[in-house]
Amino acid sequence: MNARTTRVLQCSAVLVAAGLVLTACGSSGGSSSSGQSKSPSFTGRGPITYAAAKDSSGVVQKVIDSWNTQHPKEKVTFVQLPADVNQQRQQMIQNAETKSDAYTVLSMDVVWTSEFAAHQWIDQLPAARFPLDKMLKPTVETAKYRGNLYAVPAASDGGVLYYRTDLLKKAGISAAPTTWAEMKADCAKVKQLPEAKGMSCYAGQFEKYEGLTVNFAEAVNSAGGVITDAGGKPDVDTPAAKKGLDFLVDSFKDGTIPKEAITYQEEEGRQAFQSGKLIFLRNWPYVYSLAQKSKVAGKFAVAPLPGLTGPGSSSLGGHNVALSSFAKNKATALDFMKFFTSETSASTFLKDASLAPPYESLYDDAALVKQYPYLPVLKKSILGAVPRPRVVQYGDASSAVQQEAYAALTGDKSSAQALKDLQSDLQKSAAQ
Amino acid sequence: MTTTAKGRTWLLYLGVAAVVAYCLAPFYWMLVSSLRRSSDIFDTSLLPSSVSFENYRAVFQPSQGFGRALLNSLIVAGTTTAVALLLATFTAYAMARLEFRFKRLILTLIIATSMFPVVSIVVPLLKLFTNIGWINTYQAMIVPSMSFVLPLAVWNLTTFFKQMPDELEEAAMIDGCTRGQAFRKVIIPLAAPGIFTTAIISFIAAWNEFVIALSMTNKQQMQTATVAISKFTGATQFDIPFGSQMAAGVLVTVPLVIMVLIFQRRIVDGLTAGAAK
Amino acid sequence: MVDTKTPPDATADGPTGPAGSRAGKASASRKGSNRAWATAASGRTAGLLVSPTLLVLTVVVLYPTIMAFRESLYGVKGLDPKTGFISDTEPYVGLKNYADIFGDAGDRFWNAFWNTTFFTVTTVALETLIGVAMALIMHKAFKGRALIRAGILIPWAVPTAISGLLWRWIFNSDGIANALIGHQVLWTTEGFHAKAAVIIAEVWKTSPFIGLLVLAGLQVIPKEVYEAARLDGAGPLAQFWRITLPLVKPALLVAVLFRCLDALRMFDLPYILIGAQKNSVETLSMLAQNEASNVRFGPAAAYAVLLFFYVFLIALGFVRLLGADVVGDTGGPRTPQRTRRLRRTVANRAEVPA
Repeated sequence: MNARTTRVLQCSAVLVAAGLVLTACGSSGGSSSSGQSKSPSFTGRGPITYAAAKDSSGVVQKVIDSWNTQHPKEKVTFVQLPADVNQQRQQMIQNAETKSDAYTVLSMDVVWTSEFAAHQWIDQLPAARFPLDKMLKPTVETAKYRGNLYAVPAASDGGVLYYRTDLLKKAGISAAPTTWAEMKADCAKVKQLPEAKGMSCYAGQFEKYEGLTVNFAEAVNSAGGVITDAGGKPDVDTPAAKKGLDFLVDSFKDGTIPKEAITYQEEEGRQAFQSGKLIFLRNWPYVYSLAQKSKVAGKFAVAPLPGLTGPGSSSLGGHNVALSSFAKNKATALDFMKFFTSETSASTFLKDASLAPPYESLYDDAALVKQYPYLPVLKKSILGAVPRPRVVQYGDASSAVQQEAYAALTGDKSSAQALKDLQSDLQKSAAQ
Repeated sequence: MTTTAKGRTWLLYLGVAAVVAYCLAPFYWMLVSSLRRSSDIFDTSLLPSSVSFENYRAVFQPSQGFGRALLNSLIVAGTTTAVALLLATFTAYAMARLEFRFKRLILTLIIATSMFPVVSIVVPLLKLFTNIGWINTYQAMIVPSMSFVLPLAVWNLTTFFKQMPDELEEAAMIDGCTRGQAFRKVIIPLAAPGIFTTAIISFIAAWNEFVIALSMTNKQQMQTATVAISKFTGATQFDIPFGSQMAAGVLVTVPLVIMVLIFQRRIVDGLTAGAAK
Repeated sequence: MVDTKTPPDATADGPTGPAGSRAGKASASRKGSNRAWATAASGRTAGLLVSPTLLVLTVVVLYPTIMAFRESLYGVKGLDPKTGFISDTEPYVGLKNYADIFGDAGDRFWNAFWNTTFFTVTTVALETLIGVAMALIMHKAFKGRALIRAGILIPWAVPTAISGLLWRWIFNSDGIANALIGHQVLWTTEGFHAKAAVIIAEVWKTSPFIGLLVLAGLQVIPKEVYEAARLDGAGPLAQFWRITLPLVKPALLVAVLFRCLDALRMFDLPYILIGAQKNSVETLSMLAQNEASNVRFGPAAAYAVLLFFYVFLIALGFVRLLGADVVGDTGGPRTPQRTRRLRRTVANRAEVPA
C-alpha cells in the first residue's frame, strides 16, 4: 500500500507540475497579448465564431447565413450562450481567463465595455472602419473606453412609459404626463373612475437586480442628478439625486407604486400592466407587441419617461459587438462586425425581432414606424438617454446602487443616508 | 383489534395522501403551466383555461436541438453512472471487507474532495481540458461529474456491503468460490436494492449537472438538456419563456420517472430476488 | 496530498483504535483465524481496488482544489490609472484574503456563514423527518405503490434550476402560493419569509433523496427480524425504535451526511428563487460565486477554501459517528446483539436455497 500511496503521490505531483507549467505559459501569453491590444493588428482570415444569447426569432442566424453564403471560406458559427445575462458574461470571462479562442466576436451588454476593455479581453477597434457618425450618439458612447472605440453598437434600447389611453381619455386627460407630479395628478383623476377600481398608479423594475440600477439611475438623472460625473467620479450625494430617489421612496410610501412592485422585474411589471392592474408602467419597447396580444390591446400607448420638471431621461440598454483579444482570424472578424452592424442588418433585426437599431435614419422610416408605432418615442428616449456609470468595476458599482436603493425603497434607510453610503461605496470601489 | 387495524390503514392512507400531495402538487403546477397558452401563462387557475401544446412544440423546434440534447444527457449521465458504479463497487468492497491502513482517512478524503464548490473548480478544469483538447467532448463532462457521483456511490455501497453478513461469503468460499466469485454471486444480488438505489441517485445527479456541461461545450450538438434549457429565450432578452422552460422541465423529468418505474421492483425486491437464487 | 495528510490521520485514528497498525491484527484475532484478511496481501488488494477511485478524484478534484488554494493567496489585479488597463499579474497577498473575514469586509462573510449553517440545519432536519416518513410509506405494501414510489421521486428528478424557476413563480406576489393562503406575502423580499421560501423549496426537492436511501436500507432488513420482535410482544412503535431505526442507521446517516454536505454548498435555489445579494439568503457558495463574477478570483477562492474546510470538519465528524458501521476497522465492541441475530437469520435463509 506504500507503493500505492507513492503512485498517487507521483500522479498528483505530475498534475501539480503540469498546472504550474500551464499558469506559467498562461501569464507569458498574457503579456504578449497586452502588446497586441495596444497596437492591434487585424490579420488572419478563416472561420470565426459569434457568441451571443440564443435568439428565438432566428434572425441572427439569418444574418449570419447571408454572410456565410457571401464568404464561404470565412464562415461564421453562432455559439449560443445561456439566456441569463450573468451567465453570458461569466462564460465570456471564463474563456478570456483561459485565453481560449472559442469566441471571436462577442455580443456584449452595453455596460460591460469598460470592464472588458480594461482587462484587455477585447481589442481596441479602428473607429474609421465603422459608420459611427450615422448612429445615435449615446449608443456610440457606450462602445468607448477612455475615448477609444472597443465595440460597435449592434442594437440599442431605451425605457419608455406605457400608459392606458382609454382610462386617461375617460378621465378627461388628453396627453401623457411629462412630469412625476402630472403623473400622480392624472392617477388621482383616473382612480375616480369605476373601472379603475383596485388599480395602482405606476411601476417599474424595483427587484434587487440590474433593473433596479436602471430605474434608480433614471430617477436620479430625471431629477437632474448624476451617479458618476463626466470624469467618471461618483457624485451621487447631491440634492438633485435625493429628489430623484425621493420620488421612488415617496411613491412606495403613498401607494402610487404598489408595494408588490418591490418584487418586479420586467416580466412581473408587464404581467401587472397586461392584466389591468397598472395605469402607468416603465418598461422597454419589447412589451409593445406582447401587450398588443393581451386584454389591454388597443388601450395603451407609449410616451417618453416623465421627470421632475419636464421629460425625464432614460437609461441606455442594448448590445454592442466586440472582438476577443484571444481570437484568431481577426481580419475576417473585423469585416464580419462591419457587416453585422451595418444599416441593412440593423433594419433586418428591427423588422424580424423588433431590436431597436443604433441608426438614426431607421427611426424615421415611414414603413417601420407603421410596424412599430413606438419608434419616434424610443428615438427621443435614446437621444436623451444617460449611460449607466461607465466604470471598470461595473458589477461592484451596480451592486452598491442596488444595495442602497433597495434599502431606501424598503424603508430600511432614509434616502439621504442611502445616498451618502452609496457615495462612499462607489468611491471605495473606484479606488480599488 | 379490527378497529385499530382499520384505523391504522386509515392513517397509512392519510400519510400516503399527505406525502404524495406535497411531492406532486408543485409538479402538477409545473405541468399545468406548461400546458397553458403563452398569453395566459400567469393565470392561477388550477386547470388551464384551454390546453395548448404550443410550449412543447416550441421546445422541440429543430433550432433548439432539444432531442439531441436529451440524447447527450443520456450518454453523459449513463456513462457517468456506469463508470462510477464500477469503480465504486471495487472501492466499496475494499472498504467493507478488507483491513488496511488509512481506510478512515481515505473515506474522509473521498467525501471531502467531492465537496469543493463547483464554481471554484470549473476554471482550473477548463484550463486543463482546453490544453488537452477535451472541449466539446463527452469525457470533458463525464470525468468532472465523477467528482460528485463517485463519493456518493462509494459511501452508499460501502454501507450496504457492510450490512451483508460476512458468514455468507465465507460459506461460499468454503464451497470453493474465490473471493471475487463469492462477492459477485452472493453479496451483489443481496445488496441489489442498495446498488440500484445508488445507480438511480447517481444518474439523477449527473443528469441534472449544469455548470460543468455549460463550460465545457460550445457546440449545440454537444450540449446537454439542462444547458439547452438555459438557452431558451423569449422574443427578446427580457421576455422569459416560462412556459417552454416548464415544458422542458416536464420533459427531462419524465424519462427519470419511467426509469424509476422500471427499476423500482429491483429496488424493493432486491433481497427476495437475491435469496431465491 | 495523501502523504501530507498522514499526520492528521494518526491523530484521527488515535482515540478510537489502540494503534493503526495493530487494529488489523486485533480484529482478526477477535474474529478467529478464518477472517485473517488483514495481511499484506489484503493491503495490496485494497490498494488495487481503491486506487482507480483515488486517481479519478485526483484529476477532477485534487488538482483544481490545489489550484484554487494557490489562487486564494493572490489579491485582485490592480488598475493602472495611466493606461486604464488592469495589470496582467495578480499581487501575492499571502493569507490576507483569509484574514479579511475578521475585518470590516467580514460582515458579509459571517452573514453568509450563518445563513449557510441555518439552511443546512433546518433543511436537513426537516428532510430527514419527511424522508423517513416517505421511506416507511413506500415500504408498505398497498395497491398502486409502484406509481407512488415513482411519484415521490419526482421532485428529486426535476433539475434544480427548473425547480428554482417553478418556485419563483409559485412564490410570485400574484402567484399560487399567495392565492392559496389568501394573503399577499412578498416572499422574495428580505426577511424571514425569504428563508422560509428557500427551505420549503429545498425540502421539497431533496426529501426524496433521503427517502430513497432509507427505503433501500429498509429493504435489506429481513422480515424474520420483525416476526421475532412481534413474537416478543413489541408494538409498532417499539419495533420502529428498536429494530427499524438501528438497522437503517448506516443508510440514514450516509444519506444525512451527503445532504448536509450538499446543503452547505447550496447555491442555485436561493440564487434563482430569491435573487443574488439578498442578505437574508446569501450562502457561502453564492458569496464565492459573486466575488468570482466580479473578477476577484483570490477572495472567491479563499471563500471556497474556507467552505471546503467547514465541509471537511463536518465530514470528519460523520466519519467518527459512522465509524463502526461503515469503516469498521477499529477495535472495540461494535457488533450489537441485534445485528448478530440478523446476520445469522439472513445467513440461514440464504444458505437453504443454495
